[in-house]
Amino acid sequence: MPIADFGGQPTPSFDVWADIQQLLQFHFMQNAFIAGTIVAALAGLIGYFMVLRGQSFAGHTLSQVGFPGAAGAALVGVTPALGLLVFCVGSALGIAALSDGRGRERRAETAAIGSILAFTLAVGFLFASLYGGFVEGVYAFLFGTFSGISDSQVVMVAAVAAVAVAILICIGRPLFFASVDAEVAAARGVPVRALAVAFLVLLGLAVAETAQITGTLLVFALLVAPAATAQQLTARPGLGMMLSVVIALLVTWLGLAIAYFTVYPIGFFVTSLAFASYLGARAVRWATRASGRRAAALA
Amino acid sequence: MRLAEIVEPPALAKPAPAIALSFRGAGVRLGGRWIWRDVDLDVEQGDFVAVVGPNGAGKSTLLKAILGLLPLSSGSVEILGHPATRGNRDVGYLPQRRSFDPDLRIRGVDLVRLGLDGSRWGVPLPGVGHRNTTARRRVDEVIELVGATAYARRPVGELSGGEQQRLLIAQALVSRPSILLLDEPLDSLDMGNQQSISALVQDICRTQRVAVLLVVHNVNPLITYLDRVIYVANGRTAIGSPAEVITSETLSRLYDSPVEVFRTKDGRLVVVGQPDVAHFHADS
Repeated sequence: MPIADFGGQPTPSFDVWADIQQLLQFHFMQNAFIAGTIVAALAGLIGYFMVLRGQSFAGHTLSQVGFPGAAGAALVGVTPALGLLVFCVGSALGIAALSDGRGRERRAETAAIGSILAFTLAVGFLFASLYGGFVEGVYAFLFGTFSGISDSQVVMVAAVAAVAVAILICIGRPLFFASVDAEVAAARGVPVRALAVAFLVLLGLAVAETAQITGTLLVFALLVAPAATAQQLTARPGLGMMLSVVIALLVTWLGLAIAYFTVYPIGFFVTSLAFASYLGARAVRWATRASGRRAAALA
Repeated sequence: MRLAEIVEPPALAKPAPAIALSFRGAGVRLGGRWIWRDVDLDVEQGDFVAVVGPNGAGKSTLLKAILGLLPLSSGSVEILGHPATRGNRDVGYLPQRRSFDPDLRIRGVDLVRLGLDGSRWGVPLPGVGHRNTTARRRVDEVIELVGATAYARRPVGELSGGEQQRLLIAQALVSRPSILLLDEPLDSLDMGNQQSISALVQDICRTQRVAVLLVVHNVNPLITYLDRVIYVANGRTAIGSPAEVITSETLSRLYDSPVEVFRTKDGRLVVVGQPDVAHFHADS
């Protein structure tokens, strides 16, 4: 692990202010925190819509597509971030083209996604074996890293996130309408099909950026778990989106901090924290329901 | 209220009732066959109209033509004197459906609010702007109107079929349409809920002066609430009061073959000898 390069394993003092200063003393940690914050906010927001639309499988596939994207980039000799972006957005368009996109029946979409998933993984395998001697890089791309985020990568993450959020702000309300009730939205003049394509592209962008922090296999930690947790806790859309972003941010910051002070990889901590928050929310809802039933039974 | 202003007559002569919806020689052709053609009918404001007929006769197609979702192959459909177009705010719509996903974590009020401004671009800004306050008041008002206040703040997925149906009617009504199209809203409901939703819709027609077209499989549960019936069969339509339309003469003429209508002791109508619809579509 690269932490060894900085003179031994850092230990937390459990004085919050001192620990934050210690965390941010190195440039690579500053970059990790900036990129992590942007990515968490983006994933929390897009993830809310993904869970609402029931498109978690599409998100899963797009994240796996990051692997051939990164491998292809290494093979061609460009930055992996670019490979991720091209492959994720390309596959998003592929899913949109192969499914009917009406949102109510997801059978065609699920089959299309499964086929794309298998094919892109095979392509990634081919790229990796053509490249040879790739093992170290593949590992980082599958499970994430936080020590290797360059300044230019931070700029790119920020730019892509800004574009994605700007698009989401423009289409937010009709997209919400189409996600909840596609048929009525269509009758009201909402371009449901075009919005479905636009959302898949946004999802591709979010996945490509998130994968750079969490690794392609663990994108789900930030994309699904915070949004699913938020939707367990509240049925208010505005509050749900905010909660989703806040949970993604907390999970990322805590994950980065714990990873810094230990020898274990960040992907593990971010994913475990996200999973814990989801389990916690399910438990809370189960408990409130049970007490509600008990109150109803007594009344 | 906007609608009231249009409808309220200047106290002169007896006003002619305003026509909410009119079909003139309208026909729809899909996949090379006419679903229905030469349809002429007028629906007045405040009318409660049931659309009945056998499966596959084109009842939902009639609604889609009014919504502007299907192009007409002939004739015209006008709403308050304007050609039917997609996204018309004068038309509220409740599509045929089973029910919402039990895991859908959206409150009833959010669902109703979408009927007001869901198709507008951008995102609603949180806060207390004038538009927001007005919108919230309107949403509460229409939820009160359909009697859904008690559960409007619970997630829709957790509500019963009848409760979801009331909220969806509120959603369709919230933008103050002149015409409300309800596609089989009674389908998945028990008898009690069928009665109460029918009474609610009749009340909406009377108090809000909204013309309602309600597609229904079995006209009996709501026959006492109705003003008129549109019977769709055999590529043709007939409109009139239930007593005029659901008769042996009218239905036999519509089907081109003898059909008999019986009235049971408790006032229910039974149609006998209604030919299979598929038969009619096989030749054209």
